[in-house]
Amino acid sequence: MSERFSADILVVGAGPAGLCAAAEAAQYGWKVTVLDEYMRPGGRLLGQLHQERGGNWWNGIQEAKRLADSATRAGVEVRTGVSVTGLEQASGVAEGWDVWTDSGRFRGRQLLLATGAAESAIPVPGWTLPGVMSIGAAQVMTNVQRVRVGNRGVVIGMSVLAMAILSELRLAGIEIAAVVLPPRHPLSGDASIPSQVFASLLRFAHLAPRPLFRMGARLVQPSVLRKLALAGYPKRGLKLMGTPLQLRRTALEIIGDGGVEGVRVADVQPNGSAIPGSERVVEADFVCIAGGLYPLVELAAVAGCPFRYIPQLGGHVPEHDERMRTPLPRLFVAGNITGVESAKVAIAQGRVAGLSMAMSMNEAYGSASVEGRRDSRGAELLDGENALRGTASLESTNVLRGAASFESENAFRGAAPLNEKYAARDGAPLEEKLQTALEAVKQARREALIQFQPGIVEVRQEMYAKSR
Amino acid sequence: MKPGRIREHPILGPLAASSAEIAFTFDGVSCSALPGESIAAALLAEGVRRLRDHEASGTPRGIYCNIGHCMECRVTVNDTIGVRACLTPVAEGMDVRSGRRLPAPFGHSPDEDQGRLERTER
Repeated sequence: MSERFSADILVVGAGPAGLCAAAEAAQYGWKVTVLDEYMRPGGRLLGQLHQERGGNWWNGIQEAKRLADSATRAGVEVRTGVSVTGLEQASGVAEGWDVWTDSGRFRGRQLLLATGAAESAIPVPGWTLPGVMSIGAAQVMTNVQRVRVGNRGVVIGMSVLAMAILSELRLAGIEIAAVVLPPRHPLSGDASIPSQVFASLLRFAHLAPRPLFRMGARLVQPSVLRKLALAGYPKRGLKLMGTPLQLRRTALEIIGDGGVEGVRVADVQPNGSAIPGSERVVEADFVCIAGGLYPLVELAAVAGCPFRYIPQLGGHVPEHDERMRTPLPRLFVAGNITGVESAKVAIAQGRVAGLSMAMSMNEAYGSASVEGRRDSRGAELLDGENALRGTASLESTNVLRGAASFESENAFRGAAPLNEKYAARDGAPLEEKLQTALEAVKQARREALIQFQPGIVEVRQEMYAKSR
Repeated sequence: MKPGRIREHPILGPLAASSAEIAFTFDGVSCSALPGESIAAALLAEGVRRLRDHEASGTPRGIYCNIGHCMECRVTVNDTIGVRACLTPVAEGMDVRSGRRLPAPFGHSPDEDQGRLERTER
């Protein structure tokens, strides 16, 4: 009895990385199914809305639609509203991955985890009140759901993401009374210390309209000068688009009966300690907490993937090489799960993963079965025997030429660049396309408007050099 | 003042005008949603942000992450418990109910337990 496969390639996450990887792999005839628990495809790209260097607007909803349409046109099946509850390597005759969801079990030969990143929460007394939400929640409610999160809010936490979303809220006509620091406790770390926050903000000075920030950027290196600059920072805060960024003020408690009514704040010294007698209440009906972002790696852990702790990338990331391969057979990662970077890097990584998966599918199973492509319902395809026969692979819809290699070993982990006889529709060997895609990732990284943490280029180089 | 929906936006454009409103109930009260809206968004648009009471402490709760990670928005939909309001699109005739505080075992409330702990620590 042969176990049947739902798809050749399963992708968890219909964000930019997952959609691009799926669209890419599908170009080469493989049947790809993408699963996502949100109601629509696009992941966290959906809520993004900002101006790029040239002045044009990056509209996440439009970008997400473009990527989703590309994937669908390539024959990818995108299933939204599906939550993955477990996964494990498939046992028995067929090698692959079983993915359990609240819509049943899916079986694929290869699995890509593109689950993105999540927000760290910074606990603040009173944070369970209705009206308190993560800064990302406000972004989604505003730009994606088009519902006002409140009339007047306070943002607790001063990260670059918070600044970006602050501007999005203002664009939608929502008033933010102030941006303050989180209270000082073991879970807030440097985020509650004005001098540290100031230093981190200076790295993004090129994005700021205020002369003080631009001037301050030149003072980054000497910490003494930094402290002087901070001492000159006005207690009432510096206004960014009409909202005071209050680096010298901390939130002590969120108050209200049944919902947010205000935030009790106090002034602080540059080292974060509260100034007695400075407490007051800022009236507000919603609060956004802005912690950092960390890769959402739960499924990689469930799969048994080893990890590395890399703070510059946001925390624990699954071990992987530049080609998005993990040490586990037939398991790939792409996008923010590999480290928190921009959507453009996620898109570029997705393309790498798609090519990587297509190449290893070719290597292991020969060219894609045409019977599979014809099945528009996306049900069971490419059962074990058909894949190895490879005889149906010569028709016009199949884009691969060259004989399949059935004796090739698993293409992962230390394998040499794959055989150039596997050509794509336009005749360019996949290996060549992969090299181009790898360069595109590096370029997207270099051009990123915002580096969430300094040192990303360096840690990536080091990480990928080790895995070669 | 009910914050409501963002009907106009300088970059995203106008909210798609739709006369097709979807009727549902929240704790028996009639509500309506626009097509594709999540339960949480539809309720927030009507000024409702309390989605449940905490099972042990009874404190009011609403959305936190809004993307399905934190489970704070869990509601009962058509008798199924633990449904995330932020991820679930409203369907016609949906019966959405908020969770209430559950009976405390042995008559203790969490506040009483906390008081007992504090007295012991002194």
